[in-house]
Amino acid sequence: MFIGYFTERPYQDPRSGYFGATGRDITDLGISNGQYDAKLGAELYNRYLDEKVYAEEMGFDGLMLNEHHSTPFCMGGVLNVEAAILARITKRSKIVLLGNVLPIWDDPLWLAEELAEIDMISRGRLVTGWVRGTGRESVAHNSQPPFNWERFQEAHDFIVKAWTTPGPFRWEGEHYNYRYVNPWSRPYQEPHPPIWIPGVMSRNTVAWAAKMRYPYVMLATEMEPTKKSFDYYEEQARENGYESDTRQRGYLFKVHVDETEELAEMAARKYIQGPSNPFLEGNQGNVRSFVQNLPGLTQRNNLLPTVESFAAAASRGRLEQHKEATGEKQDAADFLGTFEQQINKQSIICGTPTTVIPKVKQVLEYLRPGSIFFWDGDGAMTHEDSMRSLRLMGEEVIPAVREISKELDLKSPFDTE
Amino acid sequence: MATATSTHSEQTTVVAGKTIRILVGGSGPPAVVLHHSTGNPGWIPFHEALAEHFTVYAVDMPGYGQSERPDWAREPRDIAMLVNRALARLGLDGVTLIGTGFGGFVAAEMVAANDERIAQLVLIGAAGIQPREGEIMDQMLIDYEDYVRDSFRDPATYDATLGASAESLKELWDFSREMTARLSWKPYMFNRRLPHTLSEVHTPTLIIWGGADNVIPLDCAHQYRDALPNATLEVVAGAGHLVEFEEPAMVAKLIATGVTA
Repeated sequence: MFIGYFTERPYQDPRSGYFGATGRDITDLGISNGQYDAKLGAELYNRYLDEKVYAEEMGFDGLMLNEHHSTPFCMGGVLNVEAAILARITKRSKIVLLGNVLPIWDDPLWLAEELAEIDMISRGRLVTGWVRGTGRESVAHNSQPPFNWERFQEAHDFIVKAWTTPGPFRWEGEHYNYRYVNPWSRPYQEPHPPIWIPGVMSRNTVAWAAKMRYPYVMLATEMEPTKKSFDYYEEQARENGYESDTRQRGYLFKVHVDETEELAEMAARKYIQGPSNPFLEGNQGNVRSFVQNLPGLTQRNNLLPTVESFAAAASRGRLEQHKEATGEKQDAADFLGTFEQQINKQSIICGTPTTVIPKVKQVLEYLRPGSIFFWDGDGAMTHEDSMRSLRLMGEEVIPAVREISKELDLKSPFDTE
Repeated sequence: MATATSTHSEQTTVVAGKTIRILVGGSGPPAVVLHHSTGNPGWIPFHEALAEHFTVYAVDMPGYGQSERPDWAREPRDIAMLVNRALARLGLDGVTLIGTGFGGFVAAEMVAANDERIAQLVLIGAAGIQPREGEIMDQMLIDYEDYVRDSFRDPATYDATLGASAESLKELWDFSREMTARLSWKPYMFNRRLPHTLSEVHTPTLIIWGGADNVIPLDCAHQYRDALPNATLEVVAGAGHLVEFEEPAMVAKLIATGVTA
């Protein structure tokens, strides 16, 4: 079992109108960076790095980072900078990038060089992961959505070749052209860092990951759609002539542990406060569906088993409310799932180690992932909330989860046969 | 191939291996109409009004409506080359080429490349040139229905003109903008090279613009007029970007008069 730690690194500004959902408009891509305070940003970047260092100390196998653009819910626009710092200031944990948004890179050779440097500075601890990005990312870096999937695949093929084929060579592709590919620095790991693919909704991507035999990490999707996606991966693996197992299954889910049940609930309620991800149930922000569904970004007949027009949000727990509500109320219902609903459905797991461990066990039994990531310290959670949880995870939850994983035979990509 | 109805028939022609659909109606000299980025809704009142003076060819541009998508196309100039070839295939000469909005961009690229078959160019609220002030409205960052609504002089005119049929057109709008995103994502709706090549086009040109066009600034009309050596500009006071939807008879008459003049 591989156990990782994740937070989306939200920009927390208690003075701002959108922190704590005070009723101000927090429409996605609707908040000006004129409100950004760099001094606060400095504190937050350093805080999140400190928490990652502590997570390593507490026994986490992986420190996960993600990337979003033009939004306060995730400050990881340049996650490679954070990864490079972690490469130097941590010693043992893998640095797991889930992931770089490949199609928005106009020069993927530069990305290949950055990742190789991170791999070397960390002496081979990089796990690289690549995503297609949401509409927000295509808008922010103005990448043409109808070619998103083609660019993803070509950038992948190109980077892997740049890492593995001695140069110089020439690359004349559909979307990328290079006359001289010969990056001096190559990755530390042979033949290259492991590639994991995170996702929520694209069948294309699952099928492709299965074909490439890359582990697929479902990002905080509800249990049932997650299971169906894993099943689809398994089916695709068989079509490609092999049996996939726990090593190809990864799952990110929200877990907060605390000293008492009361403290745990108080902190976990903060998951859905502050500028947290508007695609998550319970968030008070609004998503602009036309930005999310940019023309040609996703082929409509290629979504995973959820409602098609509402796949991302629905796969994260909004489907029932969506179905029950009508007319104008539907939009609100999609985004305003209560904390209690999420607790009941285990979209959020919180409590003391005694109550959390059995719930985590249920997830492991049902989904049988070989890699998991605890998503904590998000929304309006403070540094103190995060640190208490990290300590208790290290002292009690991680050791218990390792035992459970042995019983369930949940092997990660790093467990040798 | 032709399918006749009372007012118009449907033809197809194949260019570069892909089928192009054209609605044909009326009688007189040929007028080829190129639609907006939102696609051709069908045989619209503007076509009907033009059909009194012309044999109207309402083309679904490649990748739009019922015309097959050339997957390789990357810019409006590619579409211009295909439509130019379609005119040759249909044997059309002395054409009044009418481009509306994005179709105006394509029409301008067509004459810049080859104006031998074109007797008169008509650009209506045409994209293609970067405004010196303001911006071309970005349909990619708004809902596709809102974009069409904002293309009228006011929401009431949208309701009166398309309100009843809007529901049936949404699929066309949604589908069309995917092709537009393939052709004109960046730069959005203009080509810096275009005005330079237009300086060699002596085709008589009528530029028609809604005086209240919210989508493409009137400055673009002025730039077209200045770039084309033989152009005149008619501003329809109070009209929106979709001036030929709002005032089909008036716009058709302006065009017919321009030809006979």
